[in-house]
Amino acid sequence: MPFKRYVEVGRIALVNYGKDYGKLVVIVDVIDQNRALVDAPDMVRGQMNFKRLTLTDIKIDIKRVPNKKTLVAALEAADVKNKWESSSWGRKLIVQKKRASLNDFDRFKIMLAKIKKAGVVRQELAKLKKETTA
Amino acid sequence: MAPQQRKPHVCRNPDLIRGVGKYSRSKMYHKRGLWAIKAKNGGAFPKHEKKAVAAAPTEKPPKFYPADDVKKPLVNKRKARPTKLRASITPGTVLIILAGRFKGKRVVFLKQLTSGLLLVTGPFKINGVPLRRVNQSYVIATSTKVDISGVNVEKFDDKYFGKKVEKKKKKGEGEFFEAEKEEKSLLPQEKKDDQKSVDAALIQSIEAIPDLKSYLGARFSLKAGMKPHELVF
Repeated sequence: MPFKRYVEVGRIALVNYGKDYGKLVVIVDVIDQNRALVDAPDMVRGQMNFKRLTLTDIKIDIKRVPNKKTLVAALEAADVKNKWESSSWGRKLIVQKKRASLNDFDRFKIMLAKIKKAGVVRQELAKLKKETTA
Repeated sequence: MAPQQRKPHVCRNPDLIRGVGKYSRSKMYHKRGLWAIKAKNGGAFPKHEKKAVAAAPTEKPPKFYPADDVKKPLVNKRKARPTKLRASITPGTVLIILAGRFKGKRVVFLKQLTSGLLLVTGPFKINGVPLRRVNQSYVIATSTKVDISGVNVEKFDDKYFGKKVEKKKKKGEGEFFEAEKEEKSLLPQEKKDDQKSVDAALIQSIEAIPDLKSYLGARFSLKAGMKPHELVF
């Protein structure tokens, strides 16, 4: 089982610990065995331990340590945001965030919708069962 | 200058601690301006003749003197205020009652009374909670709001909800042994009418929002996997 996601300049990673938890960052340089220089459009470029990062499949084409303008342009060109939000990992995170922010009233409405959906499914199932036994 | 408007006089010699003033006697002499009064009067304090006082009847010396010095009570400037209302609770908020007969019920908040308790109503037709007082500590405020502009809650205050004082009946000996018939206290028609008038406008604004009526009719409960500290209400 070879590695598929490598630490390299331009690799997009997800921060999984610390102040910037949940952000997508670009690895802009490797400092040493344990640390990388990371950058994102909405944060000050800084170092991060690899243990705080989870690598993603997305990679952009940049030179080592680009300036902020070039970085933002490269991110736009590669369309990282849409790629991330359409990937199954990205979609899962969006759903988790939505669920966590649900109001008590929202949870009630969802419960009603689930019951309704289950009722419809059950009806169809009953119909199918009838057909097969008949 | 407005006529006869006197500001309450601030003490010239505030207490550092009880019994000890901030300024010494000489300082107070200067502050009171006695030097200026004397100077105006040519070096001596102005005197006027004593009015002739009729000889007061001789008083007996009191039998009792307190043994120790009587202490001056400390000044208390606190004012009674209703409890501070949480920022999340505004008129029209849906609240979840956490204790008592109606625990778990979702209820509409009307206003805070002067005692600090919250005036709340079901509405009665929807979930059986009447116009009631509830303590802020036993309530979770949700972020759901109902439009409450059509409701008039001016007439409700703590006295409206107080217990009725019954006249004490004198018990004779014979009556002790009789089974006491307790009169069932019926709810006066006036209170029922109040409930109806408050709820009429409320129910209209509730029915404007889909599913809100059944939401208010259902009770809240914690299910498996729900972590109260992570839930957003």
